[in-house]
Amino acid sequence: MDELLKIKELYVQYNTDDAVVHAVNGVNLIIHKGEALGLVGETGAGKTTTALSVLGILPEQVGEITSGDIIYNGKNVREMNKKELQEMRGKQISMIFQDPMTSLNPIISVGDQIGEMLTLHFKNLSNQEKEKRVDEIMKLVGIPPERKVEYPFQFSGGMKQRVGIAIALVCQPQLLIADEPTTALDVTIQAQILQLMRELKKDFNTAMVMITHDLGIVAETCDSVAVMYAGEIVENGTVEEVFQRKENHPYTTGLFNCIPKLNSSEKRLTPIEGYVVDPTDLPKGCKFHDRCPLTEERCGRELPPAFKKGTHAIKCFRYEAWGKEEEA
Amino acid sequence: MLKYIGKRLLMIIPTFLLLTLLVYTILSLSPADPALMRLGTTATEEQIEEMHHEMGLDRPLLVRYGTYMWDLITKGEMGESWVMQTNVKSEFIERLPNTLILTGLALLLTIWVGIPAGIYAAVKQNTTGDRVTMILAMLLISLPNFFLSLICQIVFCLWLGWFPVTGAGSFAHFILPSIMLAASRVAGQVRLTRSSMLDVLGQDYIRTASAKGCSKIRVICYHALRNGLLPVITNIGNNVGGLVAGAVTVETIFAIPGIGSMLVNAVRTSDIPQVMGPIIFISLLVCVVNLLVDILYAVIDPRVKLQYS
Repeated sequence: MDELLKIKELYVQYNTDDAVVHAVNGVNLIIHKGEALGLVGETGAGKTTTALSVLGILPEQVGEITSGDIIYNGKNVREMNKKELQEMRGKQISMIFQDPMTSLNPIISVGDQIGEMLTLHFKNLSNQEKEKRVDEIMKLVGIPPERKVEYPFQFSGGMKQRVGIAIALVCQPQLLIADEPTTALDVTIQAQILQLMRELKKDFNTAMVMITHDLGIVAETCDSVAVMYAGEIVENGTVEEVFQRKENHPYTTGLFNCIPKLNSSEKRLTPIEGYVVDPTDLPKGCKFHDRCPLTEERCGRELPPAFKKGTHAIKCFRYEAWGKEEEA
Repeated sequence: MLKYIGKRLLMIIPTFLLLTLLVYTILSLSPADPALMRLGTTATEEQIEEMHHEMGLDRPLLVRYGTYMWDLITKGEMGESWVMQTNVKSEFIERLPNTLILTGLALLLTIWVGIPAGIYAAVKQNTTGDRVTMILAMLLISLPNFFLSLICQIVFCLWLGWFPVTGAGSFAHFILPSIMLAASRVAGQVRLTRSSMLDVLGQDYIRTASAKGCSKIRVICYHALRNGLLPVITNIGNNVGGLVAGAVTVETIFAIPGIGSMLVNAVRTSDIPQVMGPIIFISLLVCVVNLLVDILYAVIDPRVKLQYS
C-alpha cells in the first residue's frame, strides 16, 4: 500500500504562561491509502494535538511544532504556504470533531455549513450542482435533505454529528481524521455513527485516523492501532497483532486489563496504578516506567527505542530481542 | 416576526406613559413654585392664587398630566414654558438638530471605531497592538468626559486653534464635542467587542472552520463576527441612551444649544413643560432603538428568530 501520510519524529509543545506543556514527544506514524488507523490513549496523551498538527491548526501563539516532519502525499505540510494549507484542509484531509454540540456554527444553517466546503474547494461548481451535492451527502449520512435550512440547535446530538460527518466527507477527502467522534454520544447513537463511518469509508475509499480511548471501537473499525502515552507512540501494529494480547507494551496490557470481561466474575476492574505523567515535567527514560509493573532500573534512565517485528513495533526494553529496524 | 414587532411596538405605549407620568410627578413634587418665579417675591397671596389658576396648577396632578399628554398626542403641542413663556415645541425643534448631529456623530464613532478596534485587539490578542489598544481604552473609560473635554478644549481649541471653542454654527463645531461624547463609549465598545470576539474565537466551531480550509479572514468575518456581535449590538442599544444622557454635559461644556442644555436649564427652574419635551424625545428614542436592536438580534441569530415566529 502507498504511504499517504507520514509523521516523522514530531515534537509539539504548548507554551503557556506558567509552563511548557510537552504534548507530543517524537511521534512516528505512517498511514497508507485507504487504511484505518486507531489512535488510542488516555486523555492528554497527545492524540488530538497530533491530529491538529497534521492540519496545521494548533491553537495560535500557544501551540508550536518544535521539530519533526509531516509528509502528506510526498509534500511536507510544515513547508506549505498558507494557500496550499487551506487547499489541503477539508479537500485532502478533513476532520470530524469530538463534540458535535459545539463544533458547528450555531447561526449558520446546516446546509450552508456543508455547502461551504464546496464553495471553498470547488469554486467552479454552479449553485444548483452545489445544492445537489449537499442533498446527496445529506442523504448518505441519513439526514433528510429538507432539513438543510435548519440550524444546529434544531438537531439532536447524533444528527449533529451526522452533519459533522457530511461536512468532512462532502469533498471526498483522501484522509479523514475522526477525533473521538462518538465520545459525546450515547451508546446506541454511537453504534449508528460508527456503522455509518465504516460504510462511508468503504464507499469513498478514504483513509481514516480514528482517535479514541475506546479499544472496542478500534477493534470494530480499524486495520491498525497506535497506542499513545505521554505524547509518544508506545505500540504500533495491526489490529490482529495488538489485540492478540501476546506481545504488548505494558501500558497496552494495562489498558486491556481495564476492560470489564463478560465471562468473568471479577467484582473490581484492574486499573493502571498511579497517575498520567505531568506533561510539563516529563520523567527521564521511558515515560511509563513509574507506573509500569515490570519496570527495571534502566527504564528510568534510558528512553527505549521502537523495537520492531514486521509491522509490530513496541517501545519497551522487554522486546529488545526484536531489534531496531533502521528507517530507510 | 411581524407579529412580534407589532407586539413590541404596542409595548412601547405603556412604557412611555409610565415613564412620562413618573417624570411629571417627580417634577411636580419639587417645592419651587412656578407662579412665584414668574411674579417675583413681591407678589401677594391673591396674585399667586390667580396665577396658579391661570397656569392650571390648582387642578389635581393627574388631571394636569392628562391634559398635557392629551395635547401632546392629539395636537402635538408641548405647552408653554412656565418661566420664559415661550412655546416649548418651537424651541425643542430648533434645538433638536444640534443634539441629533452631536449624538449621531458620537454613535457613528462608537460603532465604526469601537467595533473594529475591538476585533483587531481580539484577533491580535497578547500582541503589542492589543495591549496598546487596551491601555488606551482603559484610559478613556476612566477619564470623566467633562474633564477630558476641558483639557481638549484648552489644547485643541485654545492652543492649537484647530476647532472653535464653543457654539454650534458649523460642522467644525461638532467634531471635538462628538469625540468627547464618544470617548468613553468607544472605549467600552472596544473592551466589550474584544472580550466577546475572544470568547467566540475560542469556540470549537472556529476550529472547525479552520479545518474546513477557510482563510483567516473568512474565519473571522463569516464565522466569528456574526456570533461575536450579538452582545455588542445589545450594547449599542444601551449606548444610544447613554449618549443622549452624556450630551447634557457635553452640550453644557461646549455651549451647544441642544436639548441636553435645554433640559439642564429647565430642571434647574422646575419648568415642567420645558423638561417634558426633551424627556419625551429621549425616552421615545431609547424605546425605538431598543426595539431596533431586538429586531436586528432576530435577523442575526436564527435561535432568537425561531422563538418569535
